[in-house]
Amino acid sequence: MADTPVRTRTMITGASRPMMPKHVKMRHDPGRGRWIILAPERVFNPDDTAVSVLKLCDGQNSVADIAAALAAEYQAPLDVVTEDIVAMLQDLADKGVVLA
Amino acid sequence: MNETVPKHIVENAMPVCARTPDGSPAAGDETDPALCARAPIGMLCELTHKCPLQCPYCSNPVELERANTELTTAQWQDVMRQAASLGVLQIHLSGGEPTARKDLEEIVKVAAEVGLYTNLITAGVTLTRDRLLKLAELGLDHVQLSIQDVDAENADRIAAYKGGLAKKIEVAKWVKEAGLPLTVNAPIHRQNIHNVPRMIEFAVELNAGRVEIAHVQYYAWALLNRSALMPTREAFMTAAKQVEVAREKYKGIIVIDAIVPDYYAKFPKPCMGGWARGIVNITPSGRVLPCHAAESITHLTFDNVKDKKLADIWLTGDAFQKYRGTEWMKEPCRSCPRKDIDFGGCRCQAFALTGDAANTDPACSLSPMHDNWATVAEVESHSAPTDFIYRKVGGAKPKVPAEPAE
Repeated sequence: MADTPVRTRTMITGASRPMMPKHVKMRHDPGRGRWIILAPERVFNPDDTAVSVLKLCDGQNSVADIAAALAAEYQAPLDVVTEDIVAMLQDLADKGVVLA
Repeated sequence: MNETVPKHIVENAMPVCARTPDGSPAAGDETDPALCARAPIGMLCELTHKCPLQCPYCSNPVELERANTELTTAQWQDVMRQAASLGVLQIHLSGGEPTARKDLEEIVKVAAEVGLYTNLITAGVTLTRDRLLKLAELGLDHVQLSIQDVDAENADRIAAYKGGLAKKIEVAKWVKEAGLPLTVNAPIHRQNIHNVPRMIEFAVELNAGRVEIAHVQYYAWALLNRSALMPTREAFMTAAKQVEVAREKYKGIIVIDAIVPDYYAKFPKPCMGGWARGIVNITPSGRVLPCHAAESITHLTFDNVKDKKLADIWLTGDAFQKYRGTEWMKEPCRSCPRKDIDFGGCRCQAFALTGDAANTDPACSLSPMHDNWATVAEVESHSAPTDFIYRKVGGAKPKVPAEPAE
């Protein structure tokens, strides 16, 4: 397995362009009336903020773009929103739910 | 295993076997709440009990079901459709060895079509590249590949199967080639526990996103083989520390899930996340169980998907209702502040060791059986290991001598 590159931890910054990999599926579950994220042997229950963030994680938008959009939508201070989003996405990246 | 991702996301680990974190869905107010409020989130499908390996800790019952009793392709496909409409989110295609079913592709195809998140739990040794690529194309979401050890010879001895490890490395490459996420599952016991750090490294090298350091749970075959498998408390503590070190080292690279042996745990595990709460299990012949070991509770009767709808069985089946919730509990569970946390532990273990499934699991320090139970682990783990009783249809006699105690 010498040909396997050594993997490194993805660090989320304002410049990161996060996306969910194909095998992570976020969808609305009509029976339970909530959004769910399906991942290998995991189910995540995102709240409305997380859903708003993750819907914007398309590999094109940067974290800064997403934070700006959310700060406007929720009329919240940009630095607070940015910190919140970076922490959330870092945690999800560490769990393999988000790539960047 | 429940934790909150900075305020916004609750994570629920999906139990496959007798181990469960929380994950019970909240009641929804749309569409048929009576059904969906209490739908299982996960369904374990034992497609067949056939398996080329003979691991002595197999989670299948000692009385294995024979191939001629298995559900047909159409019956499994119908189960998938029923599961999706009931509200099941993830299915775990297991066995035995699920790839021993020639119609696995047809089952996966329907599961994917109805929106179930499909997980293949395989030993890998009989899988081909073409088959795996085809499964991925049909919508398979994830592969969990088991290993017996990172030492090839020891792995062969544990599984009673030659050359398994090399084949698994090959399969892991195909999984990545197919663009699928990979979990390496390593059942841990006294005869491989010294290799825990190497198993984690092995999983990293295979590009797995997850590795399960899954201490053997002592039911069925593993209970028969307990004295060949039970690690000492010291060995367990060492392995637990090694897992913590590896978690720090590989943060963001691989997720390490550890399943602890409850003989050395402080409190009983919330088995299955609570009886009939989040998980449903279907045997090869279509019997519907609240957990894969439930048939060991001899007074329970189980419905079959050949006779009844899955939703009816889940909601009203005798075996499901018997220990659902907390009303069935006796003392010390009934008045225990942890009763909604661990649900009195494991019903199968309570039945096997106390004769009454409604008793507290002896893993609980409040059980009158607890001291005996802890002594069993202590004594057995410090005695020379017995020979393996290999998993086989019709049972088996000890054949291969176990390794000397370390």
